[in-house]
Amino acid sequence: MIVTEGIRCVFGARDREALAMLRAGESRAAIMERTGTVVALNDVALRVDEGELLVVMGLSGSGKSTLLRCLNRLVTPCAGAIRVAGQDVMAMRGQSLRDFRRRHFGMVFQHFALFAHRTVLENVEFGLEVQGVARPERRRAAEQALDLVGLAGWEDKRPGQLSGGMKQRAGLARALAADASILLMDEAFSALDPLIRHDMQAELVALQRRLRKTIVFVSHDLDEAVALGGRIVLMMDGAIVQDGTAESILAAPKTPYVRRFLEHIDVSAVLRVRTLADRSAPPPAGSCPVLRGEMTLREALPLLADGPDGMPVQDEAGCHLGVLTRRAALAALARQPLREEPAWPSHSPASRSTIYATAPSIG
Amino acid sequence: MLSHLVAAWVTGLTGALQAVPPALFIVAAALLAWRAAGWRLGLLTLAGLAFLWDLGLWVPMVTTLVLVVVSTIAAVLLGLPLGIAAALSVRTWRLVAPCLDVMQTMPSFVYLIPAIPFFGLGAVSACFATVVFSAPPTIRLTALGILQVPHELTEAADAFGCTPWQKLVKVQLPQALPTIMAGVNQTIMLALSMVVIAAMIGAGGLGREVWSAIQRLEAGRGFQAGIAIAVLAVILDRVTNAMARRLRPA
Repeated sequence: MIVTEGIRCVFGARDREALAMLRAGESRAAIMERTGTVVALNDVALRVDEGELLVVMGLSGSGKSTLLRCLNRLVTPCAGAIRVAGQDVMAMRGQSLRDFRRRHFGMVFQHFALFAHRTVLENVEFGLEVQGVARPERRRAAEQALDLVGLAGWEDKRPGQLSGGMKQRAGLARALAADASILLMDEAFSALDPLIRHDMQAELVALQRRLRKTIVFVSHDLDEAVALGGRIVLMMDGAIVQDGTAESILAAPKTPYVRRFLEHIDVSAVLRVRTLADRSAPPPAGSCPVLRGEMTLREALPLLADGPDGMPVQDEAGCHLGVLTRRAALAALARQPLREEPAWPSHSPASRSTIYATAPSIG
Repeated sequence: MLSHLVAAWVTGLTGALQAVPPALFIVAAALLAWRAAGWRLGLLTLAGLAFLWDLGLWVPMVTTLVLVVVSTIAAVLLGLPLGIAAALSVRTWRLVAPCLDVMQTMPSFVYLIPAIPFFGLGAVSACFATVVFSAPPTIRLTALGILQVPHELTEAADAFGCTPWQKLVKVQLPQALPTIMAGVNQTIMLALSMVVIAAMIGAGGLGREVWSAIQRLEAGRGFQAGIAIAVLAVILDRVTNAMARRLRPA
């Protein structure tokens, strides 16, 4: 489990002065102007549970990568507390810090950070080699990790001979090989082609289900955060602006910044059928296909298109949760507020134009 | 003490290499060049060295080669640690950089002067002056190579819990190796040019041929020795360059 409290991090020559101004509540811009110091993190409190997949979101410069690097002290914050597995990370020095990194962390980098002078297998062995594990043992662990990411048979190739997706598989295998409990992933899939990226996202989710690693995943892509399916922490200007599941953030964005992030995401992948169902409606009479409450709207759409209008929604236990109509589904897709009278019956041109203005463009 | 050691080294190595029959030496060198850098360079080495032998410059060539090799080894042994230290600490770099500037801009003849009272006339003084003159590229390019290792790679080394030594040996030096080798290549070339100049303080070898040709105004003999130096330089440069290229990671 990872807990951070009040992390503050500034970069620049006059960091003490900047920190004092930050504590006094001055803005980032004012601090930049007066001291020429960049505020990377401002009072960040974060909690990641064991086995959780947390996505840290934000635009570049929002401090998400710095936050990730604070967790294993690649960056040392100026103030605040970090506890990982009950240990005080801020107090560590030298060998104790190295042991801590070796035991707890695997890290995956945006541009792979593979060592070009080593083979794929030697890259994957790296963590164990550094720990002084004997060659046969670390070789076995590395081969297992390569197998896990689907790179068996590529052991003796050089990183330069791999495609982007395969490079990142090797990077992932390297992070997994030492069997650390926490994976730190810094924009790990951002440099990959869209198709490969989707595959890797799905595979990471499957891996995490199997291995129960704690994963902190930094990304600037909300669709990626949705695909990974975990809790999301949204950052801006070095502070956390909102924290929750994709669905809860979509339902109630706290600031215009969050709303802007949501503008371009695929709503159908976020919304669950249970939230869209009309709970007051009774189950329709007669037999008819049933939707599961945990389905995303995207998964339900084909069923809804083929089946009758108004399909019953049930939870895992088979209890009736409500009825999902095509209209409700369409309204959600058009980002109409849920369970409000739709604007269609009105014939005033003004309301129609608002509908056009807010309808998602069909690509 | 140091003087005796270097002198013993130089005379020993020169004697050993001159004991090898030139024909055998030429074939061995050509094979080595072929293995290291392909058949073209192997052929070039074969033709070049045979030409030198034919000119009757075999013995001075070996003397010059030994001086270059000994000086280069000393310059690399000195330059590598200095370059590493300069790359890892800004303070060391601030100390080393102006020294390098002086070493490189000072007219090379000047180094010959202080060497004489310490080591006397001959090979040892020549080696000393050559090391001072030729070490800067190795130092500079070692530091540059290490500083140019992508930040993400050193970060990865840290993230997996490397000690500073592990990071240097397993990541920084292997990544910097092609750049370091380019520096060593430059050091060899500078060493060759300095060894020729060092004939003025009695270093012997091809430089002495040039030197005596100047004193007797024998243009032909001077050109012969000059061409021999050029041939040796081309062979040394191409072969070490090719070796450096092979170290570049795919």
